[in-house]
Amino acid sequence: MSSTPHSEAAAPARRFSLRALLGLKSDGGPVAGEGGSTAVISTISTLALIALWWIASHMRWVPPIFLPTPEAVIQRFVETLFEPYGETTLLGHTMASLFRVFSAFLLACVTAIPVGIAMGISRVARGIFDPPIEFYRPLPPLAYLPLIVIWFGIGELSKVILIYLAIFAPLALSARAGVRSVTAEQLNAARSMGASRSQTVFHVILHAALPEILTGMRIGMGFGWTTLVAAEMVAATEGLGQMVLNASNFLVTDVVIMGILVIGIIALAIDLGMRWIERRMVPWKGRV
Amino acid sequence: MTTATQPAARTVSAPSGAPGGLRIRDLSVTFQVGKDQTVRALDHVNLDIAEDDFVVALGASGCGKTTLLSCLAGFLKPTAGEILLHGHGVAGPGRDRGVVFQKHALFPWLNVIDNASFGLKMAGVDKRRRYEVAREKLRLVGLDQFADAPIWRLSGGMLQRVGLARVLANDPDIMLMDEPLGALDAFTRESMQELILQVWNATGKMAFFITHEVEEALFMATRLIVMSPRPGRIVHEYETEFSRRYVAGEPARAIKSSPDFIRLREEILNVIHATQ
Repeated sequence: MSSTPHSEAAAPARRFSLRALLGLKSDGGPVAGEGGSTAVISTISTLALIALWWIASHMRWVPPIFLPTPEAVIQRFVETLFEPYGETTLLGHTMASLFRVFSAFLLACVTAIPVGIAMGISRVARGIFDPPIEFYRPLPPLAYLPLIVIWFGIGELSKVILIYLAIFAPLALSARAGVRSVTAEQLNAARSMGASRSQTVFHVILHAALPEILTGMRIGMGFGWTTLVAAEMVAATEGLGQMVLNASNFLVTDVVIMGILVIGIIALAIDLGMRWIERRMVPWKGRV
Repeated sequence: MTTATQPAARTVSAPSGAPGGLRIRDLSVTFQVGKDQTVRALDHVNLDIAEDDFVVALGASGCGKTTLLSCLAGFLKPTAGEILLHGHGVAGPGRDRGVVFQKHALFPWLNVIDNASFGLKMAGVDKRRRYEVAREKLRLVGLDQFADAPIWRLSGGMLQRVGLARVLANDPDIMLMDEPLGALDAFTRESMQELILQVWNATGKMAFFITHEVEEALFMATRLIVMSPRPGRIVHEYETEFSRRYVAGEPARAIKSSPDFIRLREEILNVIHATQ
């Protein structure tokens, strides 16, 4: 009997240190789903995929022209950091792509957020913007790419516009949904404290909509990055998408894989960055 | 807190010329629920709230008490009748009528003091002055230590105290409280009842308070109105002394366990059951 309290006290402490040892967050609150982090499982599955790739390429299960070895891809990565592939180095391609995506993103933020908020507030704005947005939103960007090329040419502008359109719809719809997340009581509270209609919009509705807007910005950024390769299919000389397409034309598979990995890792980094910004800007999200 | 616990002299401001208090005359509200189906939420309600009154509306859900409060606050336009505050008709929400909501309705993007001073900010009061006022009101509700805290760190009772402070910061003529203690646990609820009475006593404002708890209603009211549904109307009115006894220094538990309190509580329960 006397040993029971000891073992009961020791068990959680051991579990705690094991979690810490595995690098799991133990300071967090309740976790969704089954509970506990999936970090370990995810790490193992990622490593397993890389190992499978390594074995498959070294055992020549697949010819190198289709599947180069991981080493070859890494070597290519280091090479293109210093030597140009095509017009510019990897850094040059990356900057060109980032510039396109971020220009489109900024343009979308200054237009889609006001449009979405207007749609959330005003019946008239909803009536005006609903049909075009709901029509083009499900279209694949490649479907309207030819039209954009006819209208805006094959320069930088048409690339930015294609990405912009991909970001605009989800961002506008998030801002619109955000407006609706303000509660009737909050609006009544503001009015009974003497807030005018415009004060209610700027001091209550905009703030209440912020969590949804930030989520929309993150999702929009994802869509924009997804559209990148399509945008760079047309007469680009630099950009990650262009680099991958160009390499695939010449069956330079290590550059294709390297480019895909770089695109994916940047997308992941942007997503994590946006989540960090969300946590910093709306710490109250989901808590009140 | 200490200032509020003293049964201080009430500062009743007599309005110049116009008849004081709040008058509700033949107030009716009809809702359209179907194509040609209507519900009479309020039916010819008449009520006068005097300068030093704490009026509690008691009734089961659906008796129209929240509808009545919405009309007083100006959120809802009555179908017929009128509401006069110090002789002036009520049309729409306004700073002269502060509302404490059941689900606090605070702004989570603002900290405690910015929530409490929101109304003053809307009125264009400069930051130094509005913080000064808000701090004083937070002290009144015992939250001055939490002025800089984010509101999502506060408990349910504390949230309602912020709600009370932000109403007081606007210096309204009447505090409208829509079941503000409904979501609180029993212990927090009792201490909040006492706090609200202390604040009412210290500030000398009119109060209109909604509840479905008989004991709460009886303890807090100077005038208790019992409402009944279909159509929503006032079926009984009581003048009670319990809240005045509390602010005069009698302990809350002693009041709530006194024979006259218990007798009246049972009487009201019978009235409510009879009108269901």
